[in-house]
Amino acid sequence: MSRVWAVCKKEFWGYFNSLIAYIFAIIFLGAVNILYIWFALLPSGDINFSYYFSFLLYGMWFVIPALTMRSWAEEKKLGTDELLLTLPVNDWEAVLSKYFAGILFFGLIVLLSLLVPLSVALLGKPDWPAIIAGYIGIMMVAAAFIAIGLMMSSLTRSQPVAFVSSVIVCLGLLGINDLLGRFSMPAWLSFLVSYLDVGDHFQSIARGVIDSRDIIYYLSIVFFFLVLNKYWLERRKWA
Amino acid sequence: MIEVSGLTKRFGHITAVDNISFKVAKGEVVGFLGPNGAGKSTTMRVLTCYLPADEGRCTVAGFDVLTESVEVRKRIGYLPENTPLYSEMSVEGFLRYIAEVRGIKGEDQKRKIDQMIQVCGIEPVVKMDISELSRGFRQRVGLAQAMIHDPEILIMDEPTSGLDPNQIIEIRELIKKLGKEKTVIISTHILSEAEATCSRMIIIDKGKLIADGSLEDVARLASGANVHRIKARGDKNVIERELGSLPGAAGFKLVGEEFGLLSYEIYGEPNRELCEEIFRTAVKSGFSLAELFHERRTLEDIFIQLTRGGQG
Repeated sequence: MSRVWAVCKKEFWGYFNSLIAYIFAIIFLGAVNILYIWFALLPSGDINFSYYFSFLLYGMWFVIPALTMRSWAEEKKLGTDELLLTLPVNDWEAVLSKYFAGILFFGLIVLLSLLVPLSVALLGKPDWPAIIAGYIGIMMVAAAFIAIGLMMSSLTRSQPVAFVSSVIVCLGLLGINDLLGRFSMPAWLSFLVSYLDVGDHFQSIARGVIDSRDIIYYLSIVFFFLVLNKYWLERRKWA
Repeated sequence: MIEVSGLTKRFGHITAVDNISFKVAKGEVVGFLGPNGAGKSTTMRVLTCYLPADEGRCTVAGFDVLTESVEVRKRIGYLPENTPLYSEMSVEGFLRYIAEVRGIKGEDQKRKIDQMIQVCGIEPVVKMDISELSRGFRQRVGLAQAMIHDPEILIMDEPTSGLDPNQIIEIRELIKKLGKEKTVIISTHILSEAEATCSRMIIIDKGKLIADGSLEDVARLASGANVHRIKARGDKNVIERELGSLPGAAGFKLVGEEFGLLSYEIYGEPNRELCEEIFRTAVKSGFSLAELFHERRTLEDIFIQLTRGGQG
């Protein structure tokens, strides 16, 4: 476990060494907050946080791929994966270390975004349970997207390719119901489409309903992509 | 210390390593030689648990590289080809990271890092980012990284490639020093390097092991290796008669005639040095020798002969 922690720590600090990560984190926080203040807070004077979380949610499809695109692609490009994977760290430990580091770094960004509800709290009386539920929902989506981003990064040695491919998958999961929901299709398929939609699961958690089906949904995405990630690392062994 | 038996590794339909077996005893410094693409790096990657073998079994310090890979990794220090390093980290930060992953903590960690900085001569660059380092310093940081946990076994893939001659000499000295305490495998396609640092050589070509032994053993493997060259002055008939009846010689050939000097190649029986015989014969039969030497074939000759052998 101490090995996972050592790699995780290095990966976490690595985000701070990456200018791109800073820029995207700033754009993300800046854009979400400006949009929230401009379009939700000022017009209505309503401090309903569901808007805030919607803006956060719809910013995540680009910020998370931007953070994760580097992780494996850069290792492959520099050849440092050979260094990492010949240390006394097995493939699973390497995958999990990078995953936890991503969660920690994004958690930090989300923590910074807490400043907004906190400052709004000084003005009025925010609905804390809803805010906490919203943040849980955001971290659930982040958990899924980070797993996707890392997996896509393990497919290539090019960061832009990793970025674009994870944006496509994340956007797909966010918009699948909007895209396909309007077509008529058999019941089982329309159930599948709405089940796969990240947004739907997020809304129910954000409403404060922690349903095991939603948790299972996120965990299975995480599990699926982490397994794929490990599989792609192992692919070096055959090809 | 290291046992490889029947190692085979294929990539698609290309066989990179074809049924290689060898053993390395504790304290040996083994040179892994072969042309580019011979399968040196692949073999090393199997030993360091980066790639699994398709067939065969490898054990390191008694641990199987497939099933007990973490135990193997703990005992190996590995310098991969081209020295990949995390370029955005500082030298110090990088060494601390490697130490931490290897479970070296606290006082011990500080002591070992200081020791590596000293042994590898990287004091001047400790605070710098790895991306700013020259090739020579990168290589030393790579070595420091490989040795920080004081491994029993060091595996280095072309440790001197890309260095200037002074740096090459320094790294070789370092390897020699290490070789006194550790089991070392270095791969190279530079023969003088193997000659300078290794006590034993393993030559592989097109994935196959074609020679294994000391420099002398390998030289013996290359056939027709025992050649003496002389330049003699005197009666040609007498000289040739005497050379023909020389004990221990398998034959001779006139290769040149210049200013009355006759140049001959004399082929000795394997492992037989004939210089004194030739000298005595010359004295006895009254011809003079202007030149006499036993040709020690260079590793280059042997290497070329062995690795081109298959093509005739």
